[in-house]
Amino acid sequence: MAEENKDRVQTAANPAIDRREFFLRIGLGSMGIAAAGTAVFAYQFLSPNVLYEPSPVVNMGKPESYQLDSVTLDVDARIFVIHAKEGFFALNAVCTHLGCLTAWKPDLGIIACPCHGSKFAVFQPAGKTPGEKIEGPAPKPLPWLKMSLSDDGELIVDRAEEIRPQTFVRV
Amino acid sequence: MNGTLTKYFDELQKSRAWRSVFRGGTGKSTLRNSMAIQQNVFLHLLSTKVRKRMLEFNATWYLGTLTLGTFGILVITGILLMLYYHPSAPQAYADTKDLQFVVSSGQFLRNLHRWSAHAMVFLVFAHMFRVFYRGAYRPPREFNWVIGVVLLLFTLLLSYTGYLLPWDQLAFWAITVGSNIASAVPLMGDKVRFLMLGGHFVNANALLRFYVLHCMILPLAALFFIAIHFWRIRKDGGLYARHSEPDVVMTTAPARPPL
Repeated sequence: MAEENKDRVQTAANPAIDRREFFLRIGLGSMGIAAAGTAVFAYQFLSPNVLYEPSPVVNMGKPESYQLDSVTLDVDARIFVIHAKEGFFALNAVCTHLGCLTAWKPDLGIIACPCHGSKFAVFQPAGKTPGEKIEGPAPKPLPWLKMSLSDDGELIVDRAEEIRPQTFVRV
Repeated sequence: MNGTLTKYFDELQKSRAWRSVFRGGTGKSTLRNSMAIQQNVFLHLLSTKVRKRMLEFNATWYLGTLTLGTFGILVITGILLMLYYHPSAPQAYADTKDLQFVVSSGQFLRNLHRWSAHAMVFLVFAHMFRVFYRGAYRPPREFNWVIGVVLLLFTLLLSYTGYLLPWDQLAFWAITVGSNIASAVPLMGDKVRFLMLGGHFVNANALLRFYVLHCMILPLAALFFIAIHFWRIRKDGGLYARHSEPDVVMTTAPARPPL
């Protein structure tokens, strides 16, 4: 094949392609389009369109059920509800390192992760914002989650929405 | 044919990487064309020619053979375990317990599957260390080393996907941590994790996906590469043993400490 093309002069001024090359390009082009379509199809098929996952908004009950200076972990919702002197707030209990569930350590006044030893401030140590990392591999502090009061006076936490730290709900 | 394409393809055929994968040589002769068929594992499963030297019995540590043995045990015990296991969130853990305490010989089969899996990972590493320190990865075997690295990856992925199937606390948190490591991939990490789990959490979708990967996709893919790996041993001159190498290889081989 290469020999056939040898005597054909193709320059920028004479870009004509022969029929064979034209069909070759059409063929390769349509195979490329089909391959791209297959990739898109595969990606869309593998991404679920409907997820039966729990709602990010959870009802955490009456504020009166949380004592002053208490930290309550809801294992199912994976959040801490904290009643501090300044008011109520919610922290995401999922460690920012690799997603383990953290735990409240009442004797130390901090939150700690059992997997790789990250520690986060709550009431201790003084001067640190609750959620802030004290030590360990966690790259970010535990996020503060949006908390509000329902019409019935119950605490509602939106786990999908992170807010600025030091934003309290006062009852 | 497209002249430019042909030129690039000819250049590619001369490259070292290409020559390590396809040993048939270059050119357009009839001999070359028939060699291309005969020297392809998928077109010609049995070697056209095998040198006597390649079939000789050699004293090796049988690490590759042992790895294949554990793979065989894993396939057989795995198929049997599948008869009692439902990959659904409400049932998976109960089925695992049933296999352990209710099914006759269930505990034996499950333990055999688990220990063989551990043994296979160990043997793959031992095999690779042996190949590395003996220098058996060198030409003409460099492509088979690459196949071996792919097989190591499949071994680890099979272990990882099998980890979730008992659906206990260890499984759940191990996959939570593992999938979060995957999400550390730059730019597309979160997407990779989403596709892997089929959702944002380790839940029923993730269990089903890992089950299909563990029982169908990964074993078939591993088998595909195992076929090439074993076929290449013969094509590359048999198992590597110093005394079986042709003189030309031994004289050009760089000096290395005795093992």
